[in-house]
Amino acid sequence: MQTYILKRILGMAVVMLIVATISFVIVRVVPGDPAAIMLGPDASPADIADLRARLGLERPLPAQYAIFMGDLLTGDLGRSIFLDRPVVQALAERAEPTICLTVMATLVALLIGIPAGIVSAVRRGSAVDQATLGLAMLGASIPSFWLGLLFIQFFAVRLGWFPVAGYGDPGAGFLERLRHLVLPALVLGLLSSALITRFTRASMLDVLGDDYVRTGRAKGLDEWTVIMKHAFRNALIPVLTVIGLTVAVLLGGAIVTETVFGLPGVGNLVVQAVLRRDYPVIQGTLIVVAAVYVLVNLTIDLLYTVVDPRVRY
Amino acid sequence: MAMAEAAAEPAAIADETLLQIEGLRTHFRKDGAVVRSVDGVDLRIPRGRTLAVVGESGSGKSVTSLSIMRLIPEPAGRIVGGRMLYRDRTGRLLDLARLPVSEMRRIRGGEISMIFQEPMTSLNPVFTVGDQIAEAVALHAGKDRAEARRVAVEMLRLVEIPAAERRVDEYPHQMSGGMRQRVMIALALSCRPSLLIADEPTTALDVTIQAQILDLMRRLQREIGMSMLFVTHNLGVVAEIAHEVAVMYAGRVVEQAGVEAIFAHPRHPYTEGLIACIPRLRRHAPGQQRDREPGGRRHRLVAIPGSIPSPAALPPGCAFAPRCSRAVDACRLEIPDLVEVAPGHRSRCLRWRDL
Ligand SMILES: Nc1ncnc2c1ncn2[C@@H]1O[C@H](COP(=O)(O)OP(=O)(O)OP(=O)(O)O)[C@@H](O)[C@H]1O
Ligand SMILES: [Mg+2]
Repeated sequence: MQTYILKRILGMAVVMLIVATISFVIVRVVPGDPAAIMLGPDASPADIADLRARLGLERPLPAQYAIFMGDLLTGDLGRSIFLDRPVVQALAERAEPTICLTVMATLVALLIGIPAGIVSAVRRGSAVDQATLGLAMLGASIPSFWLGLLFIQFFAVRLGWFPVAGYGDPGAGFLERLRHLVLPALVLGLLSSALITRFTRASMLDVLGDDYVRTGRAKGLDEWTVIMKHAFRNALIPVLTVIGLTVAVLLGGAIVTETVFGLPGVGNLVVQAVLRRDYPVIQGTLIVVAAVYVLVNLTIDLLYTVVDPRVRY
Repeated sequence: MAMAEAAAEPAAIADETLLQIEGLRTHFRKDGAVVRSVDGVDLRIPRGRTLAVVGESGSGKSVTSLSIMRLIPEPAGRIVGGRMLYRDRTGRLLDLARLPVSEMRRIRGGEISMIFQEPMTSLNPVFTVGDQIAEAVALHAGKDRAEARRVAVEMLRLVEIPAAERRVDEYPHQMSGGMRQRVMIALALSCRPSLLIADEPTTALDVTIQAQILDLMRRLQREIGMSMLFVTHNLGVVAEIAHEVAVMYAGRVVEQAGVEAIFAHPRHPYTEGLIACIPRLRRHAPGQQRDREPGGRRHRLVAIPGSIPSPAALPPGCAFAPRCSRAVDACRLEIPDLVEVAPGHRSRCLRWRDL
């Protein structure tokens, strides 16, 4: 078990090394002078030379690479050119809405998808099942920005239950900030719950016919225990993979949805960085997001060993 | 009307009978057709004794067993007729065919338990075997966790699993097929049932393990004093374990008798054919001499020609008639009744006198 975790961490390190190298190379293979591109056509030669020096572009490539990697290891992702502060700091300032949104959306997706999938499987062929499947089909085909606009129109503008956009006044407390995340989290979570519903349903249908489920009934257990304890625990095993994927997709989705809801999150930071060609920020975000994906993956793999005793490494 | 008469008949069974099944019919619906898997089964299970149910594959043995437990997968399958009169521990006479599910749950596992045909897949892979046994004990005996676990270890010891204190915490995949079947037996016996239904508990296991499991079950039956319904298609096993034998064919019981009577004087051509199929060495009932039979014909391994009809398309009359060398025209007209041909010996054959 311990060797397994060690191996996995080593694997993660390799993935991160590759991601970092790619992000290093991308900036350098852009045709032309990166410093000139970043500063735009109106920049003076002196400014460009200055930026080249700051970015270390004068040194030979291997030396640049060594410095880049060395900085990375000490947690230094460089400095944003336009925000005039370390990329790590810029990211940290913008992390809260993105993390909270991803977590809330994941909760919505799980709290809707898993019960809906279970009920659908247990009442297979019933009106409830048909309705659930129909909705899941719908959810899989609606784009998030469209549903986002629809929700803003209805819940925010018409009913006034939630704020239309933004993240509250600068002095807003944590709960008030979370209130601003409810609508975007619902949008993202609802759409992702479609996939989880369908996987949970299929997986439950699979295990409900298994012999040990019959053994549970033969013991005299009530249906609730048979379904929730004996069947669901087994059905969860393949669903875990989908949950891991969903978290990754939701993180990406959060970045897009932030734009629709005007949230000052990481997505917003990246969009601005792209518009301003703020390469250090783009690079840093790429590396951090990749690290989060890798961590989510590891967590899911470790969860497997908790849920399924047959999985041993 | 026959149905009305049957329903009006007082529900009563003899004291020495634990479970009496009358006219049980369990049908499935498959691709729009009705599959009459069990179509009039009559069985009597005496207290503290073993009734073996034998018959070819597809004759409805498992469906009968699952019907008693009310574990027929609905809505595809349904018990459509008959009674299953059972006297519970408090002395009440219950018809299991009509018992509400909530009451059935008290019976299941507590008074009647079952060992399934599939030992490899009948245990839940994500819980330890100890937890799975303790769950039943906690449910029916109302014991707390620690106590239930103690019973689980005790049960594993009873079924002769070595190092039971350690193995109680193992998962099913860490055990061999034989060990898992022992765990299933331990689970089934953990609440000291009045009736154990064992559906071919040894067929999935290799021969030496089979013999051990049979020995074990016989010993445990004596210790607990329960009745057993033992499903098998192996007549050798029947001779070893059964007191009574019921022979099933195409969803019906065609003969029921004491084990000695059935081996010595089968009163149905199908039973006769089955006995002729047993290899010579095993073909002796308890107390019967091996070389009693002089004729050479039955000494060979004779398979019954033809095959069992599909329960979706049963012929009118006796279902065995198409394969029966003794069939006459009357056999094909209507289904013969199960008649008492000798005390405790019943046969569903018009020509039982000629056998
Ligand atoms: N769920 C089901 N749906 C449809 N038909 C079924 C179902 N279960 C059993 N049957 C049919 O009922 C008949 C009797 O099956 P059953 O399993 O009782 O046979 P069996 O005597 O136990 O045979 P075996 O010795 O192979 O275990 C078979 O023809 C089978 O196809
Ligand atoms: Mg069977």
